[in-house]
Amino acid sequence: MTETNISTKGSDWGYAPAPESADHFKLKEQYGLFIGGKFVPAGSGKRFATTNPANEKTLAHIADAGEKDVDRAVKAARTAYDKVWRKMSGRERGKYLYRIARIIQERARELAVVESMDGGKPIRESRDVDIPLAAAHFFYHAGWADKLGYAFPGKTASPIGVAGQIIPWNFPLLMVAWKVAPALACGNTVVLKPAETTPLTALLFAEICQEAGLPDGVFNCITGAGSTGAALVKHPGLDKVAFTGSTDVGKAIQKSLAGRSAKLTLELGGKAANIIFEDAAIDQAVEGIINGIFFNQGHVCCAGSRLLVQESVEQEVVEKLKARMEHLIVGDPLDKNTDIGAINSKAQCERIRDYLKVGQDEGAELFQTKCPVPEKGYWVRPSFFTKVAQSHRIVQEEIFGPVLAIQSFRTLDEALEKANNTPYGLSGGVWTDKGAKIFKVTRGIKAGVIWANTFNKFDPSSPFGGYKESGYGREGGRHGLRPYVKLS
Amino acid sequence: MSSSLAVSTKLNLQAHPVDEVGIRERVARLATRSIKKASKVEGLKLALSMVDLTTLEGADTPGKVRQLCTKAIHLHSGRKDLPMVAAVCVYPTMVRIAREALQGTPIQVAAVATAFPSGMNPLAVKLEDTRYAVAEGAHEIDMVISRGDFLRGDYARVADEIGQVKGACGKAHLKVILETGELGTLDRVRLASDIAMQSGADFIKTSTGKIQPAATPEVVLVMLQAISDFYRKTGKRIGMKPAGGIANAKAALNLLIMVREVLGPAWLTPSLFRIGASKLPNDMLMQLEKERTGVYQGLDYFSND
Repeated sequence: MTETNISTKGSDWGYAPAPESADHFKLKEQYGLFIGGKFVPAGSGKRFATTNPANEKTLAHIADAGEKDVDRAVKAARTAYDKVWRKMSGRERGKYLYRIARIIQERARELAVVESMDGGKPIRESRDVDIPLAAAHFFYHAGWADKLGYAFPGKTASPIGVAGQIIPWNFPLLMVAWKVAPALACGNTVVLKPAETTPLTALLFAEICQEAGLPDGVFNCITGAGSTGAALVKHPGLDKVAFTGSTDVGKAIQKSLAGRSAKLTLELGGKAANIIFEDAAIDQAVEGIINGIFFNQGHVCCAGSRLLVQESVEQEVVEKLKARMEHLIVGDPLDKNTDIGAINSKAQCERIRDYLKVGQDEGAELFQTKCPVPEKGYWVRPSFFTKVAQSHRIVQEEIFGPVLAIQSFRTLDEALEKANNTPYGLSGGVWTDKGAKIFKVTRGIKAGVIWANTFNKFDPSSPFGGYKESGYGREGGRHGLRPYVKLS
Repeated sequence: MSSSLAVSTKLNLQAHPVDEVGIRERVARLATRSIKKASKVEGLKLALSMVDLTTLEGADTPGKVRQLCTKAIHLHSGRKDLPMVAAVCVYPTMVRIAREALQGTPIQVAAVATAFPSGMNPLAVKLEDTRYAVAEGAHEIDMVISRGDFLRGDYARVADEIGQVKGACGKAHLKVILETGELGTLDRVRLASDIAMQSGADFIKTSTGKIQPAATPEVVLVMLQAISDFYRKTGKRIGMKPAGGIANAKAALNLLIMVREVLGPAWLTPSLFRIGASKLPNDMLMQLEKERTGVYQGLDYFSND
């Protein structure tokens, strides 16, 4: 510029910390099991600590349920089923679900903060995704409670009985909603086992059930580790088991249910392909890659953990992805500007780090961003691998962390072949500006959910579930009611 | 037309599809960045230093322009910690007055030219308009593209016109106004950005301020992405100027967030990012005063120039 001394130097202007406050509620020092409408200690008196993965501090002590506690909970659920819940009209059941939905909304801020403290996910996500979506699931299923006849025209839908439900640590309250809302709407009672690293919002949910006046025993919550879950699955009093979690545990559950009449739905792992064609809106596709793999630290069963990009735009996509990733802020989950929070647990953090090493040992090239991470707590910088092959473990196995594997393809058929060459079949993504190509690709991928020009979108009215080793049964929508009713 | 200015022969019209839904989502996510306290104060000062303080009314008088120039130098009485704005933007007949009023300051004088705001004049008149403004002392020329030619698909003509105006600018910097409110789709915003940058624009600018919608965050994001792609391919940094319809201080901060995360800190300078506005600075000043004193003050305490 002529005749000027205007500054041409860029500014290092950035964002000051903007932490969400946690002083508007108080967690209890210890939480009991929620059985028959009351909080009770575990029979053994044992407790375990739940910690904040962002600073490794203990948040509360949680009752550790043993076999006897499981038995008590299942019996409480049976009593509530026989005496109250199965006889209640759908319209009355619906009222309770509406009430729960509204209380979730009222306590949204508290629930969001606790979710972020207990699980490590950024407040931006727990506030904008987890909690509103959990409320939406209760609203949606409240509407179904008295309309089951319309969900299954020409048939009579009746409840199954007592459902044992085991949920993972990646979306603690949202998974409560996915499991409990359809079960209750259809007239079943529930014994829920949340994950041992993230029990707090499920216990707050138990408080919400009390607040809503839900009849005692309709919802029961038993906390503990894998052995508690195993005891629940083994209990002969269950009519239905629903599990979300790893494929290995899912297989074990299926074995232990063999020969029994209890019904089973499984929502297991995934290794989704996110396919970017050269005619896609590239900048928006890059954003889709980010949402696909870095949402919730990559702790998402339907994460777009494999990127398949057409070779003519591979270089552009990788360059843009790197630039975009450098803007991801890793750190305090309660800071409103944080994009990627803490890894949920020490064990998971080690598992992800193992995979980072495995990938490099196999000959893949690792890229990680340069952002600073806190000293305490469990963190993994956003990462991707290039120069990977189908045979690599980082392509075949679910890492469940912020780690992406990038491959290129030349033709549509090659993309489909790679996308389907996995034991999983939960989700997928396609990015193209051409409508016809969208349909060609979505028909060609064997997966339960496929997003076009977007990723990781959820709605209570949209069924979610997998093929192959990603499980069976659907959650959400009319399809999601089916596992919770007997039709005659 | 001299052949050296026929930029259209080198025009690359490769399609860069824009997904509107994706753009809206990205805008919404960028808007969740929380800017508070020190970051807010620093951001507002930075944004003020990037303002092209503008008056473009038929009723403009030399007195009004002189007032505006005073405001450009002293944004708020009693505060010495504020920057001067980047430029004052006026009609060509006011350039000389603005130059005199801003003598001895680094503030640039920008003139709108090329039959602003409609562009509905023959090329010869537009070039004369430009030469006049430059001769009067304008450091920067804000031109409008011929939307009629663009929407008709005559991209070569649009490109050549920009090339010719660039020639007429001499050493003055050229900002090319796309008038996005008349383009209809984000795909066209992207195409117009690409044409302008390839044809010699130093800056691309959203709007004249005379048409709504103007500088929506969606349009700004698409243009920033176009600038980013152009830099990746050519190594040349093109500037960006949203103008019109930037409602308040928060919207201005959101623009800085977008620039920071799409183009990077190198673009956070008045030489590469400007905000065209007339009323906006007072809202930013009000926020700055609130951060200083802890209370909001009435608009009467801020000068309307």
